[in-house]
Amino acid sequence: MNKGKVWKYGDNVNTDVIFPGKYTYVLMEPEEMAKHALENLDPGFAAQVKAGDIIVAGRNFGCGSSREQAASCLKYAGVQVVIAVSFARIFFRNAINQGLPVIQSEKAVRNISAGEEVEVDFEKGQIKAEKGTFKFPALPDSVLSILKAGGLIEHTKLFIRNVDIDDTSF
Amino acid sequence: MGATFSEKVLGAKAGEVVIVSPDYILSHDNTAAISKKFAQLGVDKVKCPDKIIIILDHVVPASTEKYAQNHKIIREFVEKQGISNFFDIHNGICHQVLSESGFAMPGKLILGADSHTTSYGAFGAFSAGIGRSEVASVWATDKIWLRVPDTIKIELKGSFAKGTFAKDAILKIIGEQGADRANYKALEFCGRAVKDLTLASRLVFANMAAEMGAKNGYFAPDSRTLDFLRQHARADFKPVFSDPDAEFEAVLKYDLSTLDPQVACPHTVDNVKPIAEVEGLKFHQGLIGTCTNGRFEDLKVAADILRDKKIHPAVRVLILPASRKEFLKALRKGIIEVLAEAGCVILNSGCGPCLGAHQGILAPGEIALSTANRNFQGRMGSRDSKIFLASPATVAASAITGEITDPRKYL
Repeated sequence: MNKGKVWKYGDNVNTDVIFPGKYTYVLMEPEEMAKHALENLDPGFAAQVKAGDIIVAGRNFGCGSSREQAASCLKYAGVQVVIAVSFARIFFRNAINQGLPVIQSEKAVRNISAGEEVEVDFEKGQIKAEKGTFKFPALPDSVLSILKAGGLIEHTKLFIRNVDIDDTSF
Repeated sequence: MGATFSEKVLGAKAGEVVIVSPDYILSHDNTAAISKKFAQLGVDKVKCPDKIIIILDHVVPASTEKYAQNHKIIREFVEKQGISNFFDIHNGICHQVLSESGFAMPGKLILGADSHTTSYGAFGAFSAGIGRSEVASVWATDKIWLRVPDTIKIELKGSFAKGTFAKDAILKIIGEQGADRANYKALEFCGRAVKDLTLASRLVFANMAAEMGAKNGYFAPDSRTLDFLRQHARADFKPVFSDPDAEFEAVLKYDLSTLDPQVACPHTVDNVKPIAEVEGLKFHQGLIGTCTNGRFEDLKVAADILRDKKIHPAVRVLILPASRKEFLKALRKGIIEVLAEAGCVILNSGCGPCLGAHQGILAPGEIALSTANRNFQGRMGSRDSKIFLASPATVAASAITGEITDPRKYL
């Protein structure tokens, strides 16, 4: 993974501030979705975010609605990974299913500041930041295989083409 | 060591990841987007059409041409796939419609592309929200991975004092425990108070379990559950209970009899205060209804307070019944008439204003007092509006005065 610039936010960043409900039931192209990312939290984010940037946040990131666009709009905006103290469970699933990596590490969040450049290495399970290197546990294989496929839709396509895939990798 | 309800339904110990086939899978207006994802999978037909439940409720009737097109895509998909459990716009909010139609049965595994899918735990089902891609994938494969959750027990004792209700209790619990206390976990509501809770009240707890981060919320089925299902159950079912020696992560105890009316303040559901701390705050729009508090018993308590009274001229009040059936029950008992006479706007059953889709959007600087389940910034309209959450009784009493008011003064 390449280095990315950090955008830092607090606890309980919810789905309505990430991707407002009024856009949720309109079919929207990825470029359009990216323009609304974090609209109700940080109106300047969508215009300034660059491909490869990283979001670092507190507890319960993505709480609220089950809307998948909360994960996909961040991915389409160029966010390479979200690092948080904890994630709301449906957001966690949605992020994996959209191929947006998520890392849970309280220590990293405490030590990383807005605007700094950090480097995430998924193979080694570590985040290199200005104040040090922070380890994070690898995701379970069943979850990693979805991320590696590029998201759940691609993963399910593989599954349908070859039903002999071991169930546990599904 | 025994097993919890969740461990039994999912067939593994807490912490394990299992591959399961749900009994039912719910989607609503998001079905159009899900059908587009399904089309990408390269399969023509859904695997189990009888497991699919589709209920149009989020923007009904369609408010714009875009939403109308969205509904049209869904109706065509339903036709093409031979999905018989389709409920068009006249039925009501998905969580109430699915429940009253008898799909929510003890021991069943129900997944839905909506965060408040936790509701069906009121009937002893295991139900959890998932994302759109996951629904598309389950349509094609009939399989999904789930992590078996740890369980937090919430023991309720005592009975509600005058002017307090299920909504006050769950707000109190969320306020004390925090919006992420039950993240990735199951809640089991139990204790001596549960037998006296109506199914409608249990739905309030299970619906709002999502606001504590819970994967699912569960009430052990009892005679109330079974009496209802005797007439309404869609299939055979087998109640599932936690073993007495099952392992629980925590046991939280609450006494309903000492509760005051509660209000969740902007912009998080866990920012809860007793009503005395917010009394007198002026607001612009009241909302009584939604999947949380739009059932007959909720509308009745509002009507009991608003009978022969007028709402304050500075406020507008929206009534949003949870379903057409609940609306009809209230209509036949004269409750709708009382609310309309008081000056309330009676809306068709659906989600509209709760998520800021249509039918009552807030302008900048406006404040809503709502019986819904969520008060996130900008949810009901402008980013510069505010939402307070309370019980139907509190909203009804406050509608008379135009400011947040303790309902015990009117009961």
